[in-house]
Amino acid sequence: MIWIAIRMLTGDRQKFYGLVFGIAFSTLLITQQLTIFINLLERGATAVYGISTADVWVMDPVTRSQDVVYPMPSTALDQVRSVPGVSWAVPHFRAGAAVRTEEGDLEGVTVVGVDDSTLIGLPRKMIEGDVSALSRPDSVFVDGVGSQRLFPPGKDPIGSRLELNDQRAVVRGIVDVDPSFTSQVVLYTRYSNALNYVPGTRNRMSFVLARSDNGLTPNELAERIEKRTGLKARTRDEFAQDGIDFIIENTGIPINFGITVALGFIVGIAIVGLTFSLFIRDNIKQFGALKAIGVHNGKIRAMVAVQAGLVGLIGYGLGTLMATAFIASGAANSADFKGFYTPWQIPVITLIAIAVIIAITGWLALRTVLKTEPAAVFR
Amino acid sequence: MNGVIPLATDAPAIAISDISRDFITGGQPIRVLHNIDLDVQAGELTYLVGESGSGKTTLISIIAGILYPTEGEVNVFGTDIYGLNDRSLVEFRLNTIGFIFQQYNLIPTIDAASNAAVPLIAQGVDRLEATERATELLDRLNMADHARKLPSQLSGGQQQRVAIARALVHEPRLVVCDEPTAALDARSGRRVMDLLRDVGVAEDRSVIIVTHDNRVFDLADRILVMEDGRITHDGTEMPDHQS
Repeated sequence: MIWIAIRMLTGDRQKFYGLVFGIAFSTLLITQQLTIFINLLERGATAVYGISTADVWVMDPVTRSQDVVYPMPSTALDQVRSVPGVSWAVPHFRAGAAVRTEEGDLEGVTVVGVDDSTLIGLPRKMIEGDVSALSRPDSVFVDGVGSQRLFPPGKDPIGSRLELNDQRAVVRGIVDVDPSFTSQVVLYTRYSNALNYVPGTRNRMSFVLARSDNGLTPNELAERIEKRTGLKARTRDEFAQDGIDFIIENTGIPINFGITVALGFIVGIAIVGLTFSLFIRDNIKQFGALKAIGVHNGKIRAMVAVQAGLVGLIGYGLGTLMATAFIASGAANSADFKGFYTPWQIPVITLIAIAVIIAITGWLALRTVLKTEPAAVFR
Repeated sequence: MNGVIPLATDAPAIAISDISRDFITGGQPIRVLHNIDLDVQAGELTYLVGESGSGKTTLISIIAGILYPTEGEVNVFGTDIYGLNDRSLVEFRLNTIGFIFQQYNLIPTIDAASNAAVPLIAQGVDRLEATERATELLDRLNMADHARKLPSQLSGGQQQRVAIARALVHEPRLVVCDEPTAALDARSGRRVMDLLRDVGVAEDRSVIIVTHDNRVFDLADRILVMEDGRITHDGTEMPDHQS
């Protein structure tokens, strides 16, 4: 009977393709939107995870995230360095600025100032140029987004001049780093340069990056720094989470993506439910005949379940394939999607959503079949 | 085929006693069958004749085990079919009764042989074996060349023959037919009835047919005429005023 059920389903190609399309579209929408949502959220932590050597980020107690910063006096660096258990501590600068390109365009950028002597705070990988070039006067590195946005297509950014706060900056490298949440261009330079590029108030230092001595966990060190200095100290994981939480709490992104995911779910139910009920209605005489002939309800249930399950499986597979291709293609070809990936939890969540869609629509269809009296075939 | 109910060999094919059936219309019960008693013997080709609304479809549905009577008892080859539980009744239908519907109700997306094999497949017979047996039966019905065709590729008469094969493939002892010739021309109609007699009627088997096709009345062993939910005539020919 299972074979008959499959042939009933696949033989009506129009409805079969409609059902598969409905599930595939829902899968694509749910998977793709959840993937973009998660990756965007994780971008709230990009700047923190980009500096792997620092165990603890120290900041003013009112600072909320990497981009919402209240600067500290430079003495904070010495305070942190004086805490027992600190292996090293370096200043870190992060602030917004406006940059003027050679073509005369104006662009908003984030200027990151890394420690002058150790260059701690600089991303590890370079796409072009050498790390040592940052020691030369007026040197800046741009990220991948900046290499596309600040320069006309086809122009090599290396050697180009930019203007920040009436100061000259020369691009001497491109760093390999995932874009931030806002996809704003990031310029990396030495701490001392950064202070000149961004006009500011008396206190300028955004963060102190610290590493613990052997034997001291980052949590213990953070706790100790807070006690001794009165500053706020967060481990790398905690501060990364702060960046994600900030996005969740202060933007409409969760609601917007939630609505789209819900729409994917509802559209799936609508398309699949409607097409499946049409399919069942078209075959109701045949189901009635089967019941009259002597096919009991258990087998009828199994037939409808197989039909719904098959559609769900094929549609889910196709949808997941399309979503993966979309994300992989975006990550490979667009700076905005750089680093995007699909965590394994998302296909699982989508599978559960599709299973719910299939269960609801299958149950509705099955009700119609089970309610059909065998005697109806003689009327 | 587990759970097959043994059938009596000496019992009438159909023994109905005091059957009534009510339908609820507009909140009021309407009686459509009135205290019917009827015996049909094995080896008989019986016609159930009457105008629309006379109750013949209701009666045949009750005989076939797909519609519970309001009152009375139905025995098919000695088994009180409405004394069985739901599952046993379904099994009984599958093993004992063959169905031919007016609209054929073939599955449009599987070929003729597979359609004819449905009861065997439902009984749990291997699909290939079932299809082989169905193809053999289709061959007897002069449908061998059409066994691999979809129902949409067959004429009405050919589809009806596939439906007959489906009704007979599992060798049921009772075949119930609802207007099997309604959509056929006179020649095809007579051929279908001949086929039903040849293949469906035997010493231990019986066929009961609902029809009002007067072109085939002469082929019946017995004709029952129904009017207003009652059997008003029982004979080998139609009463003069109705023929």
